[in-house]
Amino acid sequence: MTPDLDLDAPRRRLPRSLLLGAALTGLVLAVALLSLLWTPYPAEQVRVIARLKPPSAAHWLGTDHFGRDALSMIMVGARNSLAVAAAAVGIGILGGVPLGLIAAARRGWPDEGVARMADLLFAFPALLTAILLTALLGPGAINAVLALGVFNVAVLARVTRGAALQVWRREFVRAALALGRGPAAVTVVHVLPNVAGAVIVQGTILFAVAILNEAALSYLGLGIQPPAPSWGKMLGDAQTYLFTAPMQAVYPGAAIALAVLGLNLLGDGLRDLLDPRHKTTTLG
Amino acid sequence: MIAFLSRRLLTLAVTAWLATLLVFTILNVLPGDPALLMLGTEARPDTLAALRTQMGLDQPAVVRYLRWVSGMLTGDFGISYTYARPVGALIVERLAVTLPLAGFALVLSTLVALPLGLYAAARHDRAGDWAVMAFGQVGIAVPSFWFAILLILGFAVQLGWFAAGGFPGWQGGVWPAAKALVLPAVALALPEAAILARVTRSAVLDTLREDYVRTARAKGVSGWTLMVRHVLPNALIPISTVLGLQFAFLVAGAVVVENVFTLPGLGRLVYQAISQRDLIVVQGVVVLLAVLVVAVNFLVDVAYAVIDPRPRVET
Repeated sequence: MTPDLDLDAPRRRLPRSLLLGAALTGLVLAVALLSLLWTPYPAEQVRVIARLKPPSAAHWLGTDHFGRDALSMIMVGARNSLAVAAAAVGIGILGGVPLGLIAAARRGWPDEGVARMADLLFAFPALLTAILLTALLGPGAINAVLALGVFNVAVLARVTRGAALQVWRREFVRAALALGRGPAAVTVVHVLPNVAGAVIVQGTILFAVAILNEAALSYLGLGIQPPAPSWGKMLGDAQTYLFTAPMQAVYPGAAIALAVLGLNLLGDGLRDLLDPRHKTTTLG
Repeated sequence: MIAFLSRRLLTLAVTAWLATLLVFTILNVLPGDPALLMLGTEARPDTLAALRTQMGLDQPAVVRYLRWVSGMLTGDFGISYTYARPVGALIVERLAVTLPLAGFALVLSTLVALPLGLYAAARHDRAGDWAVMAFGQVGIAVPSFWFAILLILGFAVQLGWFAAGGFPGWQGGVWPAAKALVLPAVALALPEAAILARVTRSAVLDTLREDYVRTARAKGVSGWTLMVRHVLPNALIPISTVLGLQFAFLVAGAVVVENVFTLPGLGRLVYQAISQRDLIVVQGVVVLLAVLVVAVNFLVDVAYAVIDPRPRVET
């Protein structure tokens, strides 16, 4: 394939998806951080007299069935949702990256073990595993993090292993081995920096998947527990009052979609930036 | 080919076996006492002991595991505690909702995604392409359960064309039952269609760069004839792979979407069984789903090997 025939030239797509993704993600992050300092009302303040109000000057996005301010709840919900997703991705990175690096460095049975573990975990739909684990461990934010994190370990182990195997074939690695560096030193000094890009890209996309799955768990009542506001729980509550306060079912979903869209665009943009020749899809 | 098939079949069997082991371990060995979970902490000790005996919990875990697995091999999934009926019969009953729902969603997403992907590739880097790519990004970002609620809001609450949930059952006629599945299937199909449209687009773009496409163009073939006759059949290989992989996502999506619409499907069965601690039902359904996912991936691998012999050499 000659370069001039490369129709999928990433250079033209890169600024747009990266910039848009970074802007959306930045917005969600800013709202989450702002909620630490200020919200229009305390997010958990119940005022039954003002329940299920439509949007107004006093309550920009209206109120829910307890009279809580929807905007304040969405702001705090952003913080809760991001925190759970970040922790779930953190578990994935802390567990998956070392596993992948070891598998690539040692090959043999550790490699086989990591591959089989990933195969096995992928046989279970991630969300179903998470539902199962949160129901057994007990619903709550910490157990949701664990349940979502397990799947991320498998994904990141596989991604890291694939990227690391490619690095191990490179000449500078052979040179380092020839100079007498051991596999552990080569892994830390040469392999890790070169797989970081792939891990960051996959981590960003897993972040988006974690937000979606956390929202689904909370919708089912298994994730973040009330009174702490969460986007998924807000949607679950709003469904009950669909006839009286339909807009309450719109805002939290839009918040989830914007956050996920931003992270996916950011991941795509980062991939084009860090690894232009690599192509994957946002499968999660 | 036979060596390839038997190796894949062995992997399938091993993964299925490991899945039963994993599910059993998580549900039976890790934390807590299933009988206690079912009855709650305020249960009387003698009731608890009676239930333990009835559930076979006084037996060692290994015995219980072997009994459960050998039962499943003969089609005996055990008896549900909450429904007091064989788990196998419950599953078959619920599949009558979930299978049509998943099939409906799969057909719908393919019908939407293939033309969109082809169109986007044909209009590469122009407005049409951008519109399809935007649909792809948004479709993946929108949670299917939120889309489901929006569909209820629009088509059930505002327009009143469909019911907001529930299922009349197939015995009341095909049409009312199928009508109850329309909105859930659309909700389930959206993320599938988004992913599939993106994959179709990039597969078609890859195929468009092949030499034989250039030859066809040189011969004067163009437009939709080129796309449908020459490009699409070859682009279908990666598309069918993704379609197979998507099955797991479809199953997980069904769990949530069935709950939004209160459809009595497999997803709602497993969710209710989890909340009621009906562990034998949970075990059976989860293992069945895992085996289904692995089996679908196996079939995709086989289909792939039949269509295109090249990857067989590598694996």
